Amino acid sequence: MKSSVFQKSATATVIAALVIAGVAGCNRVSTTGADSPPKIMLALSTLNNPFFIELRDGAVAEAKKKNVNLIVVDAQNDSANQANQLATALSGSTKAVIVNPVDSDATGAPVTALNKANIPVIAVDRTVNGAKVASFIASDNVAGGMQAAKNLAASIGGKGSVLVLQGVAGTSASRDRGKGFAEGIKAYPQITVVAEQTANFDRATALDVTTNLLQAHPGVTGIFAENDEMALGAIQALGSRAGTSIMVAGFDGTDNGLAAIKAGTLTSTIAQQPGKLGALAVDQALAAATGKKGSSIVAVPVVSVTKSNVGQYIK
Amino acid sequence: MTTTVKAHKPSFKVQRFLSNNGALVGLVVLCVVLFIATPDFLTGQNILNIGIQVSTVAVLAFGMTFVIVAGGIDLSVGSVAALSSMAGGFLFTSSGVPGWLALVGGLLIGLIAGAVNGLASAYGKLPSFIATLAMLSVARGLTLVISGGRPIATSPEVSFLGSNIGAIPVPIMVLVVAAGIAWFILNRTVLGRSMFAVGGNSEAARLSGLPVKRIVVTVFALSGLFAALAGLLLAGRLDSAQPQAAVGYELDAIAAVVIGGASLSGGVGRISGTFVGALVLVVIRNGLNLLNVTSFWQQVVIGLVIALAVGFDVLRRKSRRS
Repeated sequence: MKSSVFQKSATATVIAALVIAGVAGCNRVSTTGADSPPKIMLALSTLNNPFFIELRDGAVAEAKKKNVNLIVVDAQNDSANQANQLATALSGSTKAVIVNPVDSDATGAPVTALNKANIPVIAVDRTVNGAKVASFIASDNVAGGMQAAKNLAASIGGKGSVLVLQGVAGTSASRDRGKGFAEGIKAYPQITVVAEQTANFDRATALDVTTNLLQAHPGVTGIFAENDEMALGAIQALGSRAGTSIMVAGFDGTDNGLAAIKAGTLTSTIAQQPGKLGALAVDQALAAATGKKGSSIVAVPVVSVTKSNVGQYIK
Repeated sequence: MTTTVKAHKPSFKVQRFLSNNGALVGLVVLCVVLFIATPDFLTGQNILNIGIQVSTVAVLAFGMTFVIVAGGIDLSVGSVAALSSMAGGFLFTSSGVPGWLALVGGLLIGLIAGAVNGLASAYGKLPSFIATLAMLSVARGLTLVISGGRPIATSPEVSFLGSNIGAIPVPIMVLVVAAGIAWFILNRTVLGRSMFAVGGNSEAARLSGLPVKRIVVTVFALSGLFAALAGLLLAGRLDSAQPQAAVGYELDAIAAVVIGGASLSGGVGRISGTFVGALVLVVIRNGLNLLNVTSFWQQVVIGLVIALAVGFDVLRRKSRRS
């Protein structure tokens, strides 16, 4: 039968692949001598997103500089994938693991296993719940939210009514940015937040939500979006009013966002430094792998980008 | 059948109309509630906003109606919409194809993706749920491959789909034309009537001489084509093709078709019902925004309305049967 031939050949291929992988694995173990570069795993949540691509690039560059054998794996936003990938670090010669959790809670169990095996774990961008991490490296989203409030307030003259477009409900990025913005905007008693609605960090959703909100609140002069994608959706909804009668503040400093700042439709954004996150994570992992004590929390500063300094950030 | 209806009293006619149009009644109730709750709901501009916002999901759902009437399901429409708009953008920006041709190319990609679904379902004997689930993943993956994970600028022809002619938004015009075409196909062509036959009882349709396999391929190809049109509409409104566009829209499309009175077991469905179903979804989201309902509760409300609309429909059918 056709299928059985196919199954046999497939089985043979799989076995062959396993054998080759096994041999390769043994080779790797045997080359891990005293002065060979330490092996560190970088387990990313996804590489579908420019932010994490930049984070990886920063980590790879730093690893090259510090002579680290960096293994990069991508969980494709699937917690189960990530758990499997983290488990592979247990069996190898991995000295430290940098994890960017798909989900902070779901990563707890696989990281606990790494804790038991005495392999230090560094969390980057999102933390791990229910397990020990040697260090947590993230952008300061709360401070970024406060800066965004300041930028928006300055652009609308410290008074008026504003809308807030929130990210995916329940995510730490949305929570922290929203919290920072709310704290920051308190300093301006003449500014009122007339509506807060979610647009799920998505451009198309933000277009519809902003259009709807402008019906209920035609008098707004400012919009804060918790990421640049939503800010760009809001700008699409505003048309010619964006940057002229209604000011929009975003967050992230994506390529599209920076281009919109240059064009004058986006008034300000908060640039994260994903490359720096990656580089610092490698530094901390290296310190932990060699038994040095790093810092338990590293808050990477965020920077305000407006038309006056956008030139430095556009690539 | 018409003669027996004529013989009845007008009150019975009204009752019959109401029971045949549960979704429409629900929509009217929803609109009245929103009209009372907020003065911003029933304004000219808000009606236009709703029209624009319903265009994408309604066009997707028209294609889905064909598939569901023919007894299948198409989970790939959101991904196919994204792939088509991305292919259109890519042809224009990276391959230097003229804008109108890139637009046609995008539509063609959708048609092909749909036809592949149909072939896998009719000739490959895969259940359509599985065939289109595979396409959901493949089409989204290809979208990311083409785009490298970044948004792509679109041609002026695609951007035109998101603009206005005078005071009338182009998406609304496209919506009306697409609804007309979909209605015509389903109700006035042999193909359309065959969809009901295939969905009602595929084996009986085959025995009575209908080319069931070819019909299934055509139905999925049409769904792909409508998905592509929806994707290009969305890209026009955003002035760019987004790699993560239309994620999860297949569920909106299915919900719209089912709220509109179609049966997931096939053989029942109407384009007008689907349009009302899509309107219900969009009006709820619009109203929740206008009322500034928090995001946590929005999801709860939308889920409850879908369950209520369909649950009401099931009850109504049961009571009519007994």
